[in-house]
Amino acid sequence: MGKTLFDKVWDAHVVDSIQNGPQILYIDKHLIHEVTSPQAFNELEDRNIPVFRPDQIVATADHNTPTLNQDLPIKDELSRKQLEQLSKNCAKNGITLYELGHKYNGIVHVMAPELGITQPGMTMVCGDSHTSTHGAFGTIAFGIGTSQVAQVFASQCLLLTKPKSLRVTVNGSLKNGVLSKDVILYIISKLGTNSGTGYFCEYAGDVFENMSMEGRMTVCNMSIEMGARGGMIAPDQTTFDYVKDREFAPQGGAFDKKVAYWETLPSDDDAKFDKEYYFDAEDIEPMLTYGTNPGMGIKISETIPMDDNASFKKSLEYMNFEAGESLINKPINFVFIGSCTNSRIEDFRVAANFIKGKQKANNVTAWLVPGSKQVEAQIIKEGLKDIFENAGFELRQPGCSACLAMNDDKIPPGEYCVSTSNRNFEGRQGQGSRTILASPLVAAATAVAGKIVDVTKEIETLELA
Amino acid sequence: MEKFTTLTSRAIPLAIENVDTDQIIPARFLKATDKIGFGDNVFRDWRYNKHGEPNANFSLNNSKYSGSILVAGDNFGCGSSREHAAWALVGFGFKVIVSSFFADIFKGNALNNGLLPVQVSETFLKTLLETIENKPETQIEVNLESQTISISNLNTSESFDIDPYKKTCMINGYDDIDYLLSKKEQIEAFEAEKTY
Repeated sequence: MGKTLFDKVWDAHVVDSIQNGPQILYIDKHLIHEVTSPQAFNELEDRNIPVFRPDQIVATADHNTPTLNQDLPIKDELSRKQLEQLSKNCAKNGITLYELGHKYNGIVHVMAPELGITQPGMTMVCGDSHTSTHGAFGTIAFGIGTSQVAQVFASQCLLLTKPKSLRVTVNGSLKNGVLSKDVILYIISKLGTNSGTGYFCEYAGDVFENMSMEGRMTVCNMSIEMGARGGMIAPDQTTFDYVKDREFAPQGGAFDKKVAYWETLPSDDDAKFDKEYYFDAEDIEPMLTYGTNPGMGIKISETIPMDDNASFKKSLEYMNFEAGESLINKPINFVFIGSCTNSRIEDFRVAANFIKGKQKANNVTAWLVPGSKQVEAQIIKEGLKDIFENAGFELRQPGCSACLAMNDDKIPPGEYCVSTSNRNFEGRQGQGSRTILASPLVAAATAVAGKIVDVTKEIETLELA
Repeated sequence: MEKFTTLTSRAIPLAIENVDTDQIIPARFLKATDKIGFGDNVFRDWRYNKHGEPNANFSLNNSKYSGSILVAGDNFGCGSSREHAAWALVGFGFKVIVSSFFADIFKGNALNNGLLPVQVSETFLKTLLETIENKPETQIEVNLESQTISISNLNTSESFDIDPYKKTCMINGYDDIDYLLSKKEQIEAFEAEKTY
């Protein structure tokens, strides 16, 4: 029987198998950040265990960093201490760190791919559930807890039971105005928030084959929102072209040799998956969430469904929405374009393309937060910053920002935020805040209108990237 | 890690589905660099209203409920990988979480902290929640050795699954680091021979 992409990468990394138990999986790259690593460093220190392979670890500061005045000392004492702790731990253990202000600093899942750290066929982990992002390269990448961060520090390995396999195939052409974010929100709305638990997901079909690497990262990023530990897309020419010549990518003959190996990774034609789902690209519209988990999503033309389930009702009550109503024309005072889901250059190009020549509505506070220093530099280089600022938008400095509101970028209680991030959980963007997940295009259109609008009607005359 | 064999305790109901780790411990409490004190803020925004006063309707604040077992709705622990969620639940005093389904990363984090996730059928969960709500004094017995959970006054029990390796770890208080370090030579040999 043929092997899946996941099988091929997994099997190549198995060091040993425990009888009736988990396998020892070798980890090629370990990404760390300030929030989920300090307790793991403490654990090693307490037990007098050295970091086994420091040169396979890369650190960045992202979750807890301010998005204004990054050149000044951080005001919040606890945040400042957490970042200092990361710097100390990295220096002590010989780990490369892209700290605040470094030209490579950024959100861990934006920074690593753009530097060529992420490569096909690798195993990668990070103490962050959106590590699934890197699966866009045909990489086994998944989030881990802090105990596991300590395990990888100590041994460059993890004890894991091989997950089951799931494939989601979407064929056809996407309609105008439908972006990669809509595709993944659509899939999660159809399959539910726990459909992927215990599985690794492969995305296949025309839609993903035709997507840019940025789009594929957006899709794989949200795999965890349907419970899947990771999502993968077969590496192809688009992948190789993206990786080629990046800072830490193999160069010259070494690169060609790697490509020859990467070309063997796609799932065999006769590979069997434990679960398969098929969707039609033409059925997808720009998406919006209306509830408090990412599975509670509707097409922009639809109304909120009816459901008697108590948790569903609790969710609508939190959002102050009624079953049966449309979200179009809902006034919105906050818009956030950013997060490891949608803060890459392509996302800002889409937003700028829509915003150009228009003005932000007066009622809207709009934060545009690039995923990395490199994305920020590119925004400036391409003249997008001018477009945003002329339209009344604020371009901030890189970081996770209002996606999880650990820093000062918080949405006030009771306010709605149309956000390009990945989670609409209660209070995710600040205590009492209400999140509506959407694509960068829908977010930009909301900021201009000051309310939710059917973006498909707005873009009939627009050429979109 | 603390050892776990059996536990008999009252239980606290949390009949909400898809409880995510942002609810278990909100992100604003993740600035600590140690594992201490998270229990004080477990379910912070459900336990306290916006004025910082305890929300009397929330089960963890209801004096009729107590115990070191939390019985929660389907898909408990979804969302963020933050192990702080497990530290917060352990810090509050929970030793067992019962649900009809657990999110993957949370389940692993719980097991790595001596917190036992017990997955039961939807029918058993419903019975358990109703029993606790009607008779909060009901004792629930969880036996890891025999992999069973029983409701004492109903004479009802169900068996649950656990990875045999993880079961051994829980019973003996071992963690994965000890095991992985014992395999160091094999890991080094793998590094020398890897083909990709």
